[in-house]
Amino acid sequence: MDSLKEKIMSAIFFLSALVSILAIALICLFLLVNGIPAMQKIGLFNFLLGQEWSPTDTPAAFGIFPMILGSLYITAGAMLIGVPIGVLAAVFLARVCPKKLYRAIKPGVELLAGIPSVVYGLFGMAAIVPLTGNSILSACILLGIMILPTIIGVAESAIRAVPEHYYEGALALGAGHYRSVFCVLLPAAKSGVFAAVILGVGRAIGETMAVIMVAGNQARMPVSLFNGARTLTSNIVLEMGYAAELHREALIATGVVLFVFILIINLSFSALKSRSRW
Amino acid sequence: MKKKAFEHFMAFITWTAAIITVCTLLFLVGFILVKGIPHIKPSLFSLTYNSENVSLMPALISTVLMTLLSLVIAVPLGVFAAIYLTEYARRGNKAVGIIRITTETLAGIPSIVYGLFGLLFFVTVLGWGFSMLAGAFTLSIMILPLIIRSSEEALKAVSDAYREGAFGLGAGKLRTVFRIVLPSAMPGVLAGVILAIGRITGETAALIYTAGTVAQIPTNPLHSARTLSVHMYTLSREGLHMDAAYATAVVLLTIVVLINTISARIAKRVGSKA
Repeated sequence: MDSLKEKIMSAIFFLSALVSILAIALICLFLLVNGIPAMQKIGLFNFLLGQEWSPTDTPAAFGIFPMILGSLYITAGAMLIGVPIGVLAAVFLARVCPKKLYRAIKPGVELLAGIPSVVYGLFGMAAIVPLTGNSILSACILLGIMILPTIIGVAESAIRAVPEHYYEGALALGAGHYRSVFCVLLPAAKSGVFAAVILGVGRAIGETMAVIMVAGNQARMPVSLFNGARTLTSNIVLEMGYAAELHREALIATGVVLFVFILIINLSFSALKSRSRW
Repeated sequence: MKKKAFEHFMAFITWTAAIITVCTLLFLVGFILVKGIPHIKPSLFSLTYNSENVSLMPALISTVLMTLLSLVIAVPLGVFAAIYLTEYARRGNKAVGIIRITTETLAGIPSIVYGLFGLLFFVTVLGWGFSMLAGAFTLSIMILPLIIRSSEEALKAVSDAYREGAFGLGAGKLRTVFRIVLPSAMPGVLAGVILAIGRITGETAALIYTAGTVAQIPTNPLHSARTLSVHMYTLSREGLHMDAAYATAVVLLTIVVLINTISARIAKRVGSKA
């Protein structure tokens, strides 16, 4: 009787563990089955590199190159803002900050991580857009802020994971505090710091709501920092509500492209993570 | 002299980065509070939503229901999966490697992709339409990796002496897991659940095309409903009730602060025990 119960429960545990495999399989299956036909009908080349997106015109055009560029530009801009500040702030928290101050700042950074993206978006609409307009620049600034807690968190634990004797060794050789930290500790933590950056890229490229609220969302080739642009993610949310037939399939195919980007980012993250200490 | 200059310069930029981070946080929170608090009125908490009074109460109730529904689905699955990974799977088991990779992949998928999947699978193929149920299932897949990872860490932190003690007293594996190991791992599991509540509360992109945007209290899991975040997004997009949008943002911020405080408390208790 007892051994039967044991067997049933261990089967249940095993099946529960398989759910995440099932989920990934279903997500891939449904995205591909619904997205690939659209890519075939439009033509992979026309879809990925087409510079015009006008799904409701006759004849309609389904080129997502403007959105791919939009996503890449906005992510790159966000990294330019978020990475230096985030890594330096991580160094500060791990190696510079007095203990009392740490107890005040750390919960603040965690709060920054917990704030919903729509609240960031609202803040961006009201505080950033009046200065820089509905533009790529606004989106870069807002996303740069949003990825800070991710980068700070991962980079801080990477820096903390470096053995203390690295630091002491540097000091003993006559280096100052900051030289020891920046020329010895930080290089030793570099794969962790890179992992933090990659995680930030993943967050930035996948962010949807906050970007929609500040980026202007024009579906045309991005021309300058001060003009609007649309990302892959916003393209889906903005048009899925009324899209039908090929238009709808093309939006799902946009999701496939986004998914492929994310898989590449995830793989590089896992590769780096397995090489670092934490 | 040169050495000193380097030290000073690095000290300057490190402190600057920290100050920028803190000031951004203070400015953001302060901005939302200043804009929102004056507009928190009793009428915002009335039970019915209409075009004159964009009450956030129905959305608040939907958020609680959506959270409960998602947790009911994801927590048992996630905890059981973690039990399998830590207590049952043998070392070097191939399935474990695959489960780890898929869980990590799930954790990195952006919420809009979950939303798209929910729309294709739960809403369309299963025919549930825009509904609480479709939203909750979508969200439960989204929080699954979080629950698995935190439960796994909590279970791993339980000392093997507990397990050996239970076996030594003649308890079976199942009894050991449920009576000894899981109770000691509870605070860690709970911390993961609370983080998951935070993610559900803040989620928008995964819900717009799965749970829909109906602003009334749902009476049936197959009805559409909007959570607070979706409510705030819709208000800000319509642009007619920005005051109410700010007030909703204040409520959202309050929830996030509460969640962070509770999870920090629990983490502290876990830390002091270990």
